[in-house]
Amino acid sequence: MNIPPLTPVGDPANETFTINLGPQHPATHGVLRVKLEMDGEFIKNAQPVPGYIHRMHEKMGENRTWAQFLPNTSRIDYLSAMTYTHAFVGAVEKAAKLEVPIRAEYIRVITSELNRISSHLVGWGAWIMDLGGFTPILYAFDDREKILDMLEEVTGSRLTYCYYRFGGVCDDVDEKFIRSAQEFVPYMRKRLEMYKKLVTGNIIFRKRVEGIGPISAEMCRKYGACGPVLRGSGVKYDVRRAEPYSIYNQFDFEIPVYNECDSMARYLVRMDEIEQSCRIIEQACAKIPEGPIQGKVPRVLKLPVGDTCFATECGRGRFLVRVTSDGGENPYRVRLRTPCFTNLTLFEEASEGMMLADALSLMASLDLVIPDIDR
Amino acid sequence: MSISVEQLAKEFEPLAVKEMVQLPPAIVPKPAPAPKPAAPAAATAAPKSATPAEGASIAAKPAAAPAAPSVSAPVPAATPAPKPAAAVAPKPAAPVVPAAPPPPPPKPVQIWKFEEKGLHLEVTVESTKVVEAAQLLDTHGFAIDAVTGMDWPKQELLEVIYDFLHFESGMRVAYRARIARNDPKIATISKVFPGADWHERETHDFFGINFVGHRDLSPFMLPDDATYHPLLKDFKA
Repeated sequence: MNIPPLTPVGDPANETFTINLGPQHPATHGVLRVKLEMDGEFIKNAQPVPGYIHRMHEKMGENRTWAQFLPNTSRIDYLSAMTYTHAFVGAVEKAAKLEVPIRAEYIRVITSELNRISSHLVGWGAWIMDLGGFTPILYAFDDREKILDMLEEVTGSRLTYCYYRFGGVCDDVDEKFIRSAQEFVPYMRKRLEMYKKLVTGNIIFRKRVEGIGPISAEMCRKYGACGPVLRGSGVKYDVRRAEPYSIYNQFDFEIPVYNECDSMARYLVRMDEIEQSCRIIEQACAKIPEGPIQGKVPRVLKLPVGDTCFATECGRGRFLVRVTSDGGENPYRVRLRTPCFTNLTLFEEASEGMMLADALSLMASLDLVIPDIDR
Repeated sequence: MSISVEQLAKEFEPLAVKEMVQLPPAIVPKPAPAPKPAAPAAATAAPKSATPAEGASIAAKPAAAPAAPSVSAPVPAATPAPKPAAAVAPKPAAPVVPAAPPPPPPKPVQIWKFEEKGLHLEVTVESTKVVEAAQLLDTHGFAIDAVTGMDWPKQELLEVIYDFLHFESGMRVAYRARIARNDPKIATISKVFPGADWHERETHDFFGINFVGHRDLSPFMLPDDATYHPLLKDFKA
């Protein structure tokens, strides 16, 4: 019996097909869609399609007062809300020339760094889960819980903190908080050791991240990548050092840098940053002075005419707030430049020619938070 | 290897606009705080003097009028008039003192104090020279930070703002270009900095600015069928 030959539609060797990753997919950590043009198992082109949970925060900024917009900023990257409110508060303080008492600055540093650790812990656990290891995220959430409890006690919220105010913080911390922060540092260090044994040296994990997803320093520059992605590419840039804000220049800490440019480098940067945050918390808790926590702020806040920029180093990188005032009670324009947005811009170029499973490892190493991209 | 702010400012000189209108000029007529408190004070003084405005006006020019309507008015009117005047005098003095002199209008090439603005250098470039400006920053090793827009409906202008930063020196540079609001067109810099691709697409979404040469300006953050530009000031949801 003769089987008729299949009618070739095109050249089967060069046939590509398009698949959608997301918008509802566990590996995208939220509502992000990636349009993939696949050549077999290899990616020919990957187009991220954000915007599914776009909320137009920038427009919201224009139709409410400066103080009313403040809680919005903690909803952008909900995992490191402290640093986000810090950027907006800092921009307004810079423009209005408000004084911040020194104790408030110490409180800001301690809470920001605690928040950074909790943010990295989620990123760490979720990343390993993307790669198929379910245990670490449970450990991570266990440790994160301790931080959330601590912060809940002083801020009143567990995730979307709105603790910082123009000119200070809204409530003072007590001895108990300082003590628990001090006790947390050695605890976290012990856990880091365990994490390293559990994951960092794990051969299955290393095979999935070493040499995967190379992002060169030049590429980071052209795309404006920031945070651990940038430092994993061998660029020693940290907003806390490059554009020192608050009282970060008074602390002794290092900027972890790795030159391998792969996912493993970005992983190691994050692990080292947890240690560096511990160091900052340790120093700040030892030195925190007594005093007021809130400076003088006019009841009706009006900023002088003009633009002011303020950037902070968030869990995921550089968050820039550019506020423009026309002298009125409401902002004229609030520009929010978020780290995940710029880090994702390079995904299209970086993922070209990769296997799909490796691209997911690369995407997990960018540590995306989708509301941060969409705003 | 990193360049100084002054040097960079000099290199930006040929790209900058020759003269610029300060934005927002809506605020410029305002900085005359001195007469402002005096006016409401006078208004409050007028109703206070029980015998109406007549008395005040007569008191103001005592030499011209006194003889003719002399009978009832002059004596009581003369006494209340100086009272509100005395009460008014210290009032405006207090608010006048803290009023700072208005800052000088920014120049096309403006060097800022970083502690005040969060920027080292800000340049208003010709709208035809944005790509050259990006290339200039590229050769000096700057990284792209953000691209965004700004709407000035009263002046019929749209502004595009480009933010850059330097990894080694930490220098922050921004340049801005102004384009007509009714025909917002500007060249794309995504050929120089591919990172600008998304920023420009987003700016097109929000402001309707047409980045000429951009590979894809379809709605990005907004729904696929969006025809509106929400960050324009006249947008009503």
